[in-house]
Amino acid sequence: MLEINNLVVDIEDKRILNGLSLTVNDGEVAAIMGPNGSGKSTLSYVIAGKEDYTVLDGEILLNGENILELEPSERAAKGVFLAFQYPLEIPGVATMTFLKSVLNAQRKARDEDELTTPDFMRRVKKAAETLEIDQEMLKRALNVGFSGGEKKRMEILQMALLEPSFCILDETDSGLDIDALRIVAEGVNALRAKDRSFLVITHYQRLLNYIVPDTVHVMSKGKVVRSGGKELALELEANGYADYRELAA
Amino acid sequence: MSVITPIRTPAEAGLIDLYKVVRNTLPGTKATLKHRDEAFAVIEAAGLPHRRVEDWKYTDLRNLMQEAPPLAARPHLAETDPAIAKSKAFAAVSGARVTFVNGHLVTTEAIPEGVEVTPLAEALTNGHPLLARMGGPEVARDNAAVALNSAFVADGAIIAVADGVTLEEPLVLRFINTGTKAFATSPRVVLAMGDGAALTLVESHEGPGGVGYHSNSVVEIVAGSSVDIAHIRLNAEGDRALALSTLMVTLGADAKFASTGVVAGGHVSRHQVFLAFAGERSVATIGGATMLAGKSLADTTLVVDHRVPGCQSRELFKTVVDGEATGVFQGKIIVRQHAQKTDGQMMSAALLLSEGAAMNNKPELEIFADDVVCAHGATCGQLDDELLFYLMARGLPRPEAEALLVQAFLGEALEPIALEDVREELTDMVASWLAGRAG
Amino acid sequence: MPAVQETVERVKAIDVDQYKYGFETEVEMDVAPVGLSEATVRLISAKKGDPEWMTEWRLDAYRRWITMREPTWSRVKYPPIPFQDLHYYAAPKKNAAPKSLDEVDPEILKTYEKLGIPLREQEILAGVEGAGSRVAVDAVFDSVSVVTTFKEELKKAGVIFCSISEAIREHSELVRKYLGSVVPVTDNFYATLNSAVFTDGSFVYVPEGVRCPMELSTYFRINERNTGQFERTLIIADKGSYVSYLEGCTAPARDENQLHAAVVELIALDDAEIKYSTVQNWYPGDSEGQGGVYNFVTKRGDCRGVNSKISWTQVETGSAITWKYPSCILRGDNSRGEFYSIAISNGYQQVDSGTKMIHLGRNTTSKVISKGIAAGKSDNTYRGLISAHRRASGARNFTNCDSLLIGDQCGAHTVPYIESKNASAVFEHEATTSKISDDQMFYCMQRGLSEEEAIALIVNGFVKDVLQQLPMEFAVEAQKLISISLEGSVG
Repeated sequence: MLEINNLVVDIEDKRILNGLSLTVNDGEVAAIMGPNGSGKSTLSYVIAGKEDYTVLDGEILLNGENILELEPSERAAKGVFLAFQYPLEIPGVATMTFLKSVLNAQRKARDEDELTTPDFMRRVKKAAETLEIDQEMLKRALNVGFSGGEKKRMEILQMALLEPSFCILDETDSGLDIDALRIVAEGVNALRAKDRSFLVITHYQRLLNYIVPDTVHVMSKGKVVRSGGKELALELEANGYADYRELAA
Repeated sequence: MSVITPIRTPAEAGLIDLYKVVRNTLPGTKATLKHRDEAFAVIEAAGLPHRRVEDWKYTDLRNLMQEAPPLAARPHLAETDPAIAKSKAFAAVSGARVTFVNGHLVTTEAIPEGVEVTPLAEALTNGHPLLARMGGPEVARDNAAVALNSAFVADGAIIAVADGVTLEEPLVLRFINTGTKAFATSPRVVLAMGDGAALTLVESHEGPGGVGYHSNSVVEIVAGSSVDIAHIRLNAEGDRALALSTLMVTLGADAKFASTGVVAGGHVSRHQVFLAFAGERSVATIGGATMLAGKSLADTTLVVDHRVPGCQSRELFKTVVDGEATGVFQGKIIVRQHAQKTDGQMMSAALLLSEGAAMNNKPELEIFADDVVCAHGATCGQLDDELLFYLMARGLPRPEAEALLVQAFLGEALEPIALEDVREELTDMVASWLAGRAG
Repeated sequence: MPAVQETVERVKAIDVDQYKYGFETEVEMDVAPVGLSEATVRLISAKKGDPEWMTEWRLDAYRRWITMREPTWSRVKYPPIPFQDLHYYAAPKKNAAPKSLDEVDPEILKTYEKLGIPLREQEILAGVEGAGSRVAVDAVFDSVSVVTTFKEELKKAGVIFCSISEAIREHSELVRKYLGSVVPVTDNFYATLNSAVFTDGSFVYVPEGVRCPMELSTYFRINERNTGQFERTLIIADKGSYVSYLEGCTAPARDENQLHAAVVELIALDDAEIKYSTVQNWYPGDSEGQGGVYNFVTKRGDCRGVNSKISWTQVETGSAITWKYPSCILRGDNSRGEFYSIAISNGYQQVDSGTKMIHLGRNTTSKVISKGIAAGKSDNTYRGLISAHRRASGARNFTNCDSLLIGDQCGAHTVPYIESKNASAVFEHEATTSKISDDQMFYCMQRGLSEEEAIALIVNGFVKDVLQQLPMEFAVEAQKLISISLEGSVG
């Protein structure tokens, strides 16, 4: 699914990713853990194609194709979805309007027909029910005045609707109480499939109790310093990141 | 179209006559005279600014300035001492003092090391090197009040603060006006702040009641980088005075500048601030409280010019208008094309306390850069009925309830003043103004 | 949002010059000689079949105009307008006053067809989904009203909707009573010029207690070269009546500038309400700033009666220069004025627009919502006046003007004047200027929208409060227009 080779990334002349390599197989849920400032969020932005980052070396292959030269919207059409740590507010644009616009933009990019309104409504309704999102909320401007938990649920709703093949969850657990965390995790788990992979970025092990990963990768100072199974997360919870800071040095 | 011959008002004709008489007697070199002539040419060509001149729309100087009184001569000791003794403003504030009587520098006290004060008359005559830095930011060019000051300036001071000097105590500039018949003063102070210098500058303007004198002061601050300046200006001019006062500031990089102006006097007054950011990452906070009563008019005009990227400006002005007075606030934030990442916020709030009171607000944004966050707000209204009722229901009589609310309203503009005794004195002044109103 | 997709489709279909209404119509025209003199004014008056009082009214305006100077207080800059090199009258030759559509020059009919303006009532009835959204249209081609639809049906309701020329002849008393009563002959340079030479426009009278049964609309089209267009619109809503009026405008793409100086007067008597909506899409000039319409317009409403209401909504996307301030004089006690505006400038366009809310009566209220969007090398200024006079106790105003900048070559300015002479008047004003944040753009693009689509979406959100004020048909049209206007603003 996703293969990253020797990725070197700067922001304003500061090295953030320093020769990172990572492989995520089809249907795999990979967790990325690491201390603050290890480059986890940068990794998610670079995969999604945010400007401001200078890629100096390396490649990101999505199903064998290097996506580094593609616009964010082109990557999205190819199945990359980033659930933002801090979802953006867009005043004046009703959530429903936004959802329909992005869904149809992606379908069009893939030469698929636009959805009919009833078909679209059905899909949204189904996804919203799973995530316990009130219909009323869908009429409000996107993310404007939503609580932290509502914003995160809205991200997962979009993920369910857009049916991406490669999902990145950037600190999705931050700012969530235990109930919201459970709802979000259930939403994610429901989307797990043979042809869909996940990259779950988190600082704490807590989220991984709910979204159980197949593999765990530890990042420090801009590279993956250790990989293992889900038990690695528990080990980190117990021992902290201190050992890994030295490993990267 | 026919050539229009301007009709001169008595004041305009008087100024022209006056200038002819004094231009050869005022101090300065040939270069000074050239500057005076250039400045006066602006007035002579356009006349006094009037309501059709956008910047003076609400303060029609052509109409409000009825005559051109003679320039006040340098006073004798016999006049200055009693005038200084009568001065009340910031008497309790300790620090360095430079005192001007009728625009002439008369005494300097407790000037600390690293600070050099030169009388402006002397500086003009001898060609002081810092004269080259006079003139103010571009946005103040062609300003009529500044031009009048430049033409008629007789004295003032050049104050140089050396690099890295921090003044522990404030520097107080006292402008004291005295006399029994109409007169005019045009003092000018240039404060040159070296890199990394820090001070609190306190300015007071006072004058006699019942005399229609004209005062037109200009204070220019030219600051290097990393300066830290707190500025407080009190205008407590006489009740018949026509008072113009201007503050011009040019800030270098990484500078901090905070200014609070209080207006509690004058018949017709205009208080101008022109601030230009010339270096990046600087922060300016400018505010003021104006109290107006009777038939007076007070105009606060402010232009903040973001010429370079990454600076921040905050403005908060409060005006309380009683009687048949008129308040004016004109504020403009300019963001030049390359001044990205500018953050500018401006707020003007006015309370009208009586039937005949009026307020004119003109907050402007002029923006040529896209990556900015700028906002302004303006409100105008009377005291909140529900709040008044609440206080009265708790047992406060109406005047006290009103006073409490007005005090809170104006107090917000005084809060940024760090010097406690200065802030307290100004707060007391608000209280006594309110007491005077109630009584 | 379907509109976004449609917009993109439409944008793609547009030529390089982006302006889809830039075509020219070949019609034989009756044109007055260039220049302005008393003789021209008399000629226009004669062509229009004016009664004598009207001719005198025009001549009086002309004599005053020659003593006046162009206003210079706004931010717009342009080379001197050669007033003596313009034509002040141009009309299609064939059938100056067609009795039915069949008599109208087919080329003109084709023009309106191309513009999507329905002129055949049957077609409108057939082509419109759902009842209740019929629109009566007065089509003005260059200076002359070519056809007015649904006249008969409106007549049954007592509503007079016709060209102003016809009104001057047929409803002389009404016109004489109200014309120039809101915008006096000497109001300003352009209004005075208009008073002297206006050639057509619309007239509406809604009698007491009548709710106009359909939307009224005028569609203005400049076609002829070097022709000033001067329409005059007069709308009177008698006691307790209601009318909603729409105005649309386009012009061919030409490399010289065309002058448009209209005057619109609205009068609302006791308990009456007028809703006036404009979608202004005159030719804005090409990407180098060549050509385009100079739009100097005086629009003013007089809430003359108690409890009356006038609401202006404008979507300004066209013209090289826009200089207009639709205003309300809130004379009647409890009257209300509203101004909702979207002003978009791109390329080298200059916009100086806003409103005046003059509170004269007691308990008068007003609301101003202005959304300015500047892109390209354009300049976009909001200029507004809110004033409360001594008698205006209890006056209330809320103003919100927001500006959005797209690119670092444009300017956005806010110049509000807020004047209160009454202590019990409460005025609140707020304004912001910002750009579309990079993070918002990235978020939208991460979800699959292209840069253009993302901008269109965010801008449509930004202007939503104003779009909601437009009648449904116009809102959809306006939304598309906004996206088209911003085409080419990035990159």
